[in-house]
Amino acid sequence: MNSSMVIGQYVPGDSPVHHMDPRAKITIIFFFVIVVFFANSVASYGALALFALLSVGVTKIPPRFIAKGLKPVWFLIIFTFILHLVVTKEGNVLFSVLGFDVYSGALIQGVAISLRFFLLILITSLLTLTTTPIAITDAIESILHPLKRIKFPVHELALMMSISLRFIPTLMQETEKISKAQASRGVDFRTGPIKERLKAIVPLLVPLFVSAFKRAEELAMAMEARGYQGGEGRTKLRELALRKIDYMVLVLFTFVIIAVFLTRA
Amino acid sequence: MDITFDNVSYIYQPNSPFEHRALENLSFQIPSGSFVAVIGHTGSGKSTLIQHLNGLLAPTHGSVTIGDVMLQAGSKPKNLKALRKQVGVVFQYPEHQLFEETIEKDISFGPLNFGVQEEEIKQRVQETIEAVGLSSDMLERSPFDLSGGQMRRVAIAGVLAMNPRVLVLDEPTAGLDPKGQREIMDMFYKLHHEKNLTTVHVTHSMEDALAYADYVIVMHNGHMYMQGKPLEVFKEKEALNKVGLDVPEIIELTTKMNKRFGLSLEYKKQSVEELAAEAAHKLKGGSV
Amino acid sequence: MEQSFLEFQNVSFQYREDSPVVLDDVSIQVNQNEWVAVIGHNGSGKSTMAKLMNGLLFPNEGHVYVDGLKLSDENIWEIRRKVGMVFQNPDNQFVGTTVKDDVAFGLENHGIPREEMIKRIAHSLKAVGMEEYEDHEPHRLSGGQKQRVAIASVLAVAPSMIILDEATAMLDPKGRKEIMHTVNQVRQERDVSVVTITHDLNEVTLADRVIVMNKGNVWFEGTPRELFEQKGDLQSIGLDIPLVSKFAHELKELGLNVNKQPLNHEELMDELWTLHSTM
Repeated sequence: MNSSMVIGQYVPGDSPVHHMDPRAKITIIFFFVIVVFFANSVASYGALALFALLSVGVTKIPPRFIAKGLKPVWFLIIFTFILHLVVTKEGNVLFSVLGFDVYSGALIQGVAISLRFFLLILITSLLTLTTTPIAITDAIESILHPLKRIKFPVHELALMMSISLRFIPTLMQETEKISKAQASRGVDFRTGPIKERLKAIVPLLVPLFVSAFKRAEELAMAMEARGYQGGEGRTKLRELALRKIDYMVLVLFTFVIIAVFLTRA
Repeated sequence: MDITFDNVSYIYQPNSPFEHRALENLSFQIPSGSFVAVIGHTGSGKSTLIQHLNGLLAPTHGSVTIGDVMLQAGSKPKNLKALRKQVGVVFQYPEHQLFEETIEKDISFGPLNFGVQEEEIKQRVQETIEAVGLSSDMLERSPFDLSGGQMRRVAIAGVLAMNPRVLVLDEPTAGLDPKGQREIMDMFYKLHHEKNLTTVHVTHSMEDALAYADYVIVMHNGHMYMQGKPLEVFKEKEALNKVGLDVPEIIELTTKMNKRFGLSLEYKKQSVEELAAEAAHKLKGGSV
Repeated sequence: MEQSFLEFQNVSFQYREDSPVVLDDVSIQVNQNEWVAVIGHNGSGKSTMAKLMNGLLFPNEGHVYVDGLKLSDENIWEIRRKVGMVFQNPDNQFVGTTVKDDVAFGLENHGIPREEMIKRIAHSLKAVGMEEYEDHEPHRLSGGQKQRVAIASVLAVAPSMIILDEATAMLDPKGRKEIMHTVNQVRQERDVSVVTITHDLNEVTLADRVIVMNKGNVWFEGTPRELFEQKGDLQSIGLDIPLVSKFAHELKELGLNVNKQPLNHEELMDELWTLHSTM
């Protein structure tokens, strides 16, 4: 089974982006997403686009991987673009297609919105492309840490996420095994009317649930035997530390933000 | 049913970085009615091999023929359902496939899928539940209330109820206690003869291969490493050790005795009692 | 005088009041540094016994003592640190996303400082021969390797006793050998009691002492050699004896004077050699 496909789309690498603290990456992305909505001039868009493309370039991830990740949203980007062309009626009429007048304002807005969309998706997919799921989990735990004061179960949430990550490949293998066993008993998962195919899922799902519960029970017992009693008093092996590279990128990104606000129209 | 593998190769995820050749140029024949043991350490290709027997996998190269169904590389397999009806597979830990509310329904599931008449199914359920050593009083109970060993037996009954002509067993006794292991294997052996089945048994137990099989296939790294009658294959201790396999203990012991005391005991499936008698005789005789 | 580390005093247990009695007035002990094998057919109560040893279950009657402490709600965490446990299913006890994280889990639970943790992880992975797999994910490991990681996880916490609860039952012969080899290795390196719950007779021959369970009672207690001397009885409770023992029994009945009950081929050969040369 292809596990690399299962666990997000992490592409192992040795670039500075890979080595950055996941918290720094999440912070940058968070602000990037906000700032994108403030961009409204060629220069402000340019600054953001430059930052995003530079980041992508540094990772050395083959562009086809990134393109693959963007596949499901291409349609959305193009659709938004066309929608703007048709609906917006500002500026001069540039030309007509199939009886529709295309205004200059519409073209500009269409490009702007599509670009915004593209940048958002590019920068967020950069996170999952360069960060292991477990590192993202660590970062979330660390970022949410202050919420502990209001009794938000931060540690439990993070543990739940990491155990889920741990068991995804196991459960995938299990699914394959059970579906093969049932196929051998004459279940046909692939052909036949929809109703029949839906019915065929029961012999797959019931054993899967039974086994998942059994696993959960045994895992809970194993955790207890190994002294797990909640987050109180626990130490951690995984430690996040901001390093020089993180500060440098954060500073660089601050300049980008300033540039965006200075060049707004 | 005769089973023929003709130059079979199987590649997982071809043309990707994860490409893995699980079987390579595998050719062999299993005549109808044989009991064949497939041995080899984990990852040797045993499990890929048996998945070809009922069309769960189709060869990447070459062809597999089971009875009158042929699975050929490149062409879409036909008659898969007919094939699966005739080839029953007992997977490792088969109790993991149980899902129905009652034992009776679970055993009936296979035959029902293959369109067997209701009356006939009822009869088969009765037969198979007894064959696996459980009482038919249990039929209305939930399979999930049973002990692990009993669940295993119900799952096996579910495969037997399909009335297969070929029985494929993938370590059917894994995790059972010694008594349970012996009972289950004896049951399969009995059925094999009574119903004149063709049985393919994947096992890590050399003792089982020796006790039940009349032919042994040894797999290593996706290749056929050795094949032959059990007594012949297990003579090749060094060759087997080389690929991480042992010979059955009784053969090992016989060899050691011969070496140490210069005897010429020959192991040909005699019982421990008989072997001990021969050894005692020769040991006493040798001292005169 | 050997020092007892764990003791059951008249322990009885049942899961619910209306369910059958799993353990019935059982008294046993395990000494410091001793290897005890517990065998019995499925349902004989042997796994329940293991879970009573580290407070995963509490007795209905009787008492469990670990290192002088009487098992109670107050000291279960202390007892669990002293008594580590490896379970049957290699997958369902692997908590971490990588080998390193899994070994760390127990250490994190006990609040071991990070610096110390790193040292202990390296050391215990080395003890089970898995030091090169530190960053591996569990689904890339064999069953035997996962169980070795489980042993390393237990060792890292430095317990005085390790229980292997049918830890080899789901493994192939190679995996079983790996585990037995690992246990032997570990026992040479440090002081630790080992309890193996099993129905593999070859594992039994390696132990110092055997406890045979049958229907919730201790059916036999003694050395492996003593156990395998009683051939017929063992088969009557659904267990078997190793081939060498069977062979030795037969030779004895045929008038060959095999004195010492052999536990392995070499012992049998040596025994016969002595006879042979004096005949």
